[in-house]
Amino acid sequence: MTAKQATATAVTCRNVTKTYGSGDSLVHALRGIDLEVETGELLMLVGPSGCGKTTLISVVAGILDRSGGECSVFGQDFSAMSQSARTRWRGQNIGFVFQAYNLIPSLTAAENAAVPLLLNGMNMREALDRARAMLERVGLGDRAKSLPNQLSGGQMQRVAIARALIHEPRLIVCDEPTSALDHETGHKVLELLREVAVGPDRALVIVSHDQRIFDFADRIARMDDGRIAEITPPKEPIDL
Amino acid sequence: MNRIALKMLMGDRAKYFGIVIGITFASFLITQQLAIFVGLMGRTIGFLSDTGQGDVWVMDSKVQFIDDIKPLQDTELYRVRGITGVQWALPIYKGLSKARLDNGNFQTCNIVGLDDATLMGGPPEMLEGKLEDLRKADGIIVDENGAIGKLAKGPKEPGGQPVPLKVGDTIELNDHRAIVVGICRVSRTFQSQPFIYTTYSRATTFAPKERKLLSFILVKAKDGQPIVELCARIRSETGLEAKTTQSFKETTVSYFMKYTGIPINFGIAVVLGFLVGTAIAGQTFYNFTLDNLKYFGALKAMGASNFTLLRMILLQSLTVGAIGYGLGVGMAAFVGFAARNTELAFLLPWQLLVITAAAVLLICALTSMLSLYKVFRLEPAIVFKS
Ligand SMILES: Nc1ncnc2c1ncn2[C@@H]1O[C@H](COP(=O)(O)OP(=O)(O)O)[C@@H](O)[C@H]1O
Ligand SMILES: [Mg+2]
Repeated sequence: MTAKQATATAVTCRNVTKTYGSGDSLVHALRGIDLEVETGELLMLVGPSGCGKTTLISVVAGILDRSGGECSVFGQDFSAMSQSARTRWRGQNIGFVFQAYNLIPSLTAAENAAVPLLLNGMNMREALDRARAMLERVGLGDRAKSLPNQLSGGQMQRVAIARALIHEPRLIVCDEPTSALDHETGHKVLELLREVAVGPDRALVIVSHDQRIFDFADRIARMDDGRIAEITPPKEPIDL
Repeated sequence: MNRIALKMLMGDRAKYFGIVIGITFASFLITQQLAIFVGLMGRTIGFLSDTGQGDVWVMDSKVQFIDDIKPLQDTELYRVRGITGVQWALPIYKGLSKARLDNGNFQTCNIVGLDDATLMGGPPEMLEGKLEDLRKADGIIVDENGAIGKLAKGPKEPGGQPVPLKVGDTIELNDHRAIVVGICRVSRTFQSQPFIYTTYSRATTFAPKERKLLSFILVKAKDGQPIVELCARIRSETGLEAKTTQSFKETTVSYFMKYTGIPINFGIAVVLGFLVGTAIAGQTFYNFTLDNLKYFGALKAMGASNFTLLRMILLQSLTVGAIGYGLGVGMAAFVGFAARNTELAFLLPWQLLVITAAAVLLICALTSMLSLYKVFRLEPAIVFKS
């Protein structure tokens, strides 16, 4: 397990609630979440479909407004920030990995991976250099010029991981990163995430309902019906 | 992000071409229709453009346009000559006459009679012979298009090419013999009838018998004499209408604008081109945006501000706009060039390019507006929806 001496709190949630809709169609997606995520750790958010996992990481990542409670990420409370400040902060501090990869089809692997740097104002040449180096680290050094449709699912998710890491964000959120992949490929992607994404200054939150990858977590938060039911270490911590 | 935006745009070939084609269609149709319209309007004043030696045209006060001849008494010429500020005043006869061709057919021609002494007001360009040759007995000068076309003689052998009218040939105008002494080039006019120049006195013999024959008086102002002032003086002293060449042109064009269906006709074509182009380009661009919505959502989540997205979408729409504009205007110009020696009226002044550019910009604005609305309202949280 990675060194834990210098941990700091990355995410703090206190009694966070979120409702969708109103009136008869009101849905309580989050019913009072208390959660802390430390830097240097990989927290896995697990639970049955519809229990609110995606909603929770959306609130944590600042792409969805909460309905109530307190939530801060590295001391920043999104609800106190303007729309544009929040967008900018997100672009600098958060990395995203999506279930459906969301790679832009007409861009090469390197260009896709470079997008967060470009959004932060870096010029194309420098961003592409860094993207190629990052692709090297995720084992795709030779595929920098490939288009997404020339890559396998596992390779696309590696490009997405390179994209999530390239601007060295402090928080990385992944929603079901392996659910579109077969077991073995999913395993490799998680190995890669542990290897390249976990760091002393960074927190990783991975949403999954795939039992077989729970072993990669430092802690597992099990959700049920909008609440955190329990937070446990994985049953058999794997030796890293 | 500019390169990213352009690659996104061109990534979907079919839609990209669809949008470009829509804008090309609109800009082609708008440019081409306006150019023909301007060309036609230019033809209505062809004779005025050709006859530039004077400053002021004096005419009956009821005249509405250049071909609307309401003859004056010959004595008016002397009255006008007596007005202060007039350097010279010369008669011009303009009328229609029937030419009898050697195959027995008749062709209506414009007859222009020039002052016998000065021959002022003649054609802008002589191709064969000299203007002074009009002083020869029965002399006329025929315009090139008329000589090659409507006034040409029948083919030598049946089924052959018609033979153009040449210097030395004879035609019959209103039962009077006329000998071609020169060929000139004139601007094409609205009715495209041949132009025949001759002297004033001879023209009046070609004309159908009428009491009054003086069509216009062409006046040159003295040096330093303000022209507008001179027009006003002529009006008040003679009761006739006096217009500068420019204002007579404007009167003529506005007559055609007001009393013919031409502007409405072309206006409809232009509006149709605009609407159809906007519909094609707008719908395809909107579909393109919808297809890319999840990527725009991902960009938003990853920190793209609305301003960045605005720039990306505007760049995309302006790019297709510029390409479509270039292609459309290029095609229109090509059509005009290919038709340069035909009866097709086609004039492409730079102002038309500006008008088309403005129309294309408007299409781009309308086109991107819907997309921008959609993308601005997009919740970045959609990125986690599979
Ligand atoms: N945009 C939305 N509008 C209305 N209800 C929603 C919306 N998104 C999610 N929900 C509801 O909120 C609950 C939690 O959803 P979600 O966070 O996606 O769960 P999970 O990711 O654990 O499957 C579900 O009942 C879902 O139907
Ligand atoms: Mg989910």
